[in-house]
Amino acid sequence: MPASLLRELNSLLGSSNVLHKIEDLVLYEYDGSVEKARPDLVVFPHTTEDVSQIVKLAAKHNVPIVGRGSGTGLSGGALARGGGVMIVFARMNRILELDLENARAVVQPGVVNLDITRAVEHAGVYSAPDPSSQKSCTIGGNVAENAGGPHTLAYGVTVNHVTALELVLPDGEVVRVGSRHGDSPGYDLCGLFVGSEGTLALVTEITVKLTRKAEAVKTLLAIFDAVDDASRTVAEITARGITPAACEMVDGWTLCAIEDYIHAGFPRDSAAILLIEVEGLREAVEAQAAAVEDVCRAHHAREVRIAKDDRERDLLWKGRKNAFGALGRLAPCNYVLDGVIPRSKLPQALQQIQQIGKKYNFSIGNIFHAGDGNLHPIVLYDPRDPRQFENAIAASHEILSYCVELGGALTGEHGVGMEKNELMPLLFSDADFDLMRRVHDAFNPFSSLNPGKIFPLSKGCGEIRVRKQAEALPAKA
Amino acid sequence: MTATANLASRLESALGAHHVITAEPELREYAIDGMVPSAIVRPATAQEAAEVVRFAITEKLAIVATGSRSKLDLGMPPARYDLALDMNALHDIAHFDPGDLTLSVDAGMPLRQLAKALAEKGQFLPLAVPCYETSTAAGALASGIDSIMRKQYGTARDFLIGAEFVDGKGALCKSGGRVVKNVTGYDLHKLLIGSLGTLAVITRLNFRTFTLPQAQGGHLACFSNLGGAAAYRHAIENSGLPLSNLETLSPEMVSLTAAVLRETNSELAARLDPGKWCVLGSFEGNEAVVPRIARDLQKLAHEAGAAGSEILDAASDATLGGVLREAFDWLRWISPGVALFRIVSPQSNPRDLADFLCVAQESSLRAALLVRAAGIFYFVLLAESEAESSLRTLEITAARVFALADAGQGHATLLHAPLKLKSRMNLWGPNRADLGMMQRVKHSFDPQNIFAPGRFVGGI
Repeated sequence: MPASLLRELNSLLGSSNVLHKIEDLVLYEYDGSVEKARPDLVVFPHTTEDVSQIVKLAAKHNVPIVGRGSGTGLSGGALARGGGVMIVFARMNRILELDLENARAVVQPGVVNLDITRAVEHAGVYSAPDPSSQKSCTIGGNVAENAGGPHTLAYGVTVNHVTALELVLPDGEVVRVGSRHGDSPGYDLCGLFVGSEGTLALVTEITVKLTRKAEAVKTLLAIFDAVDDASRTVAEITARGITPAACEMVDGWTLCAIEDYIHAGFPRDSAAILLIEVEGLREAVEAQAAAVEDVCRAHHAREVRIAKDDRERDLLWKGRKNAFGALGRLAPCNYVLDGVIPRSKLPQALQQIQQIGKKYNFSIGNIFHAGDGNLHPIVLYDPRDPRQFENAIAASHEILSYCVELGGALTGEHGVGMEKNELMPLLFSDADFDLMRRVHDAFNPFSSLNPGKIFPLSKGCGEIRVRKQAEALPAKA
Repeated sequence: MTATANLASRLESALGAHHVITAEPELREYAIDGMVPSAIVRPATAQEAAEVVRFAITEKLAIVATGSRSKLDLGMPPARYDLALDMNALHDIAHFDPGDLTLSVDAGMPLRQLAKALAEKGQFLPLAVPCYETSTAAGALASGIDSIMRKQYGTARDFLIGAEFVDGKGALCKSGGRVVKNVTGYDLHKLLIGSLGTLAVITRLNFRTFTLPQAQGGHLACFSNLGGAAAYRHAIENSGLPLSNLETLSPEMVSLTAAVLRETNSELAARLDPGKWCVLGSFEGNEAVVPRIARDLQKLAHEAGAAGSEILDAASDATLGGVLREAFDWLRWISPGVALFRIVSPQSNPRDLADFLCVAQESSLRAALLVRAAGIFYFVLLAESEAESSLRTLEITAARVFALADAGQGHATLLHAPLKLKSRMNLWGPNRADLGMMQRVKHSFDPQNIFAPGRFVGGI
């Protein structure tokens, strides 16, 4: 890392906005995934102009750049795989405009997901995408990964709620795509950039749609003595065309861990629970809740509880959303997977996951968005034991390969990042990679922005390599 | 002519004679704004479509992929047009998994036929676009035209989950998949929506499907002025009532719609109050929800001072909704000189709508407004002839429409206009700052610029 770059960044941003000491940098070498990579410098811009200038300086010195929000990501998307400058958006955290009349909020990327809802809920609206980490993850990170969450079953993922973006390209150019009211003429560039995992541009401003709160909501907790019964219930809810706002499954083993930590009122002796929420007009909610309960009972639910009030509902959701934290009490590390399968294949997928767990001698918990077939098997392991780590990776690859075999995908909401890029050839052909690479190169021609993500680095896959910067970036005069 | 000389024989030897048509009368059926292709090619498989594209690359030929050809006048005529790639022979349902509510269909699948197959399993695809009776899946998608169900179900970007297509290098590619939640790789399929065939030849599309509602209903309210209609809409939006469609018709639009409706249902046509602003609300749900929404709309209409309002049965709602779904189609041919705009604007400001009507009035042009949901409205200027003086008036007025839309933080697109007018105007309004980004996308998909060159935004 050139010393002159540090000097120039200090002079641009002030030394309080630049980290360069190893003891500071180690805090940014990990995210929520099992990967690690340390940046050479960490900077905190306050404005779009700051970001543009940082990018230009990095380009001048042939140094790669990676953007980061809160670092809660689960695929290594916000790790500096090629070293270089990490741009942390924590200090670009202002809500710039609330246009309640037109149901829009314009925000900086460092705004925490839940803070948007907090700022507008007095008007009966909210921001719908609700990742489990919504108390700490940022909207910029959500945009990069096209984040989901439990309620995306009915309301869609991040891309369905973004209408415009301000971007900084790898040469420092600032551009705007989309439009506040949506439907801007031309190609759907917002649709391309949301979920591009920070490999095409850095996002510096986001216009999000706000959603009106439903008139009525019911939250059901269905308790099962067999995992199979719970998964068959989900498949039948889908097949019957009931669309809950959320349909989450937690297996019994994970439930005990959550209950010890959160005391949400989950039964400790069940094989699985379903947390199902229905929303809408009162009349629709009554009918849907009754239909859901029918399906649960037809599949031998031991008990179906309905949350009596907001407090009980909040507690159930607290249990669900803090589950990953609860599992932290059981093992030094957990590896959260994110495979997707056709929903009708849920029973066999869960059986296979247990088989794979047995094969590698792991306890694998399951807590996931069952309604849209988005699995989150959680492998608990001890990273100090290299063999365990290797096995955790091997088990995860087997599980994800099986998801693909069932007609599914590698990731439903966490992104590919540097975690699953080598598995991409399971889904994509050389021709697919070639086109994706051309689109990548159209915006990020020297792989200076978030290198080593999404595309496989191994040979024969139309790869984009983590290029040695000297040969990847153009020589500067 | 040199590029196309002996084209037929070269095509036939490369692809087989039975796929290639060069007879003049048939070529004319594929004309786009008067431009006629040199040959029509009808591939039977995605691989054959890819072969045609590779042939076109070698021969430096321009391709326009076509379906039912009902909306080819959207956008500009192509700068070059050698081959019409007729995709109608790819018309199968590749996968339909009712239990997963997912679907995979070939590009040329007719939407009407698809709806029938889905309905047998109690499902549907909310892609209710104009020219519905003939439209194909890929044609509807590539046209980017609005579905009247977008208020409840969103646009195609909300339920298209994957696609297969031939890129500009002649390779069969895919993006997305057949699961309802998926962030694996770039969402390239979203770029195909509304791209007018300028990026790739779509061969297959994957969608999530939806369950047919138990019951449907409608409600019609008439107001003596725009203010009343706007206040009513505002109250509906604030009520949170989940309507599947909400359309406001200006008095002129009421007359035009009634005239179309009279051909099939004179009783319903008579219920559209001439001279009034009419608001149609459509809704669906279970047997309890539908009457509840109808009651609430009656109440809101009354509070907003409606001159008249009534609950429509499901059949009447579907008939009226069907005529409005087709408005894009019949408005194109309703007068000798038609300029039909699609305008996106903030939903909050009814004054803007009046401004558009004023512009028409100042030019002594008949004009009609159809306000759809999600901040979209259609605005049509009607000239009585295609004479140069009429065109000149249309042109000046159209320029003011673009400026008005722009000033209101929205934007206008000219969907249909006489060819002479199209050639003088930028159909998408002033070029936007992101044009360069779009050109990068186009170049990465289609480096040789063989797909529908010049049809799209900024001459792409």
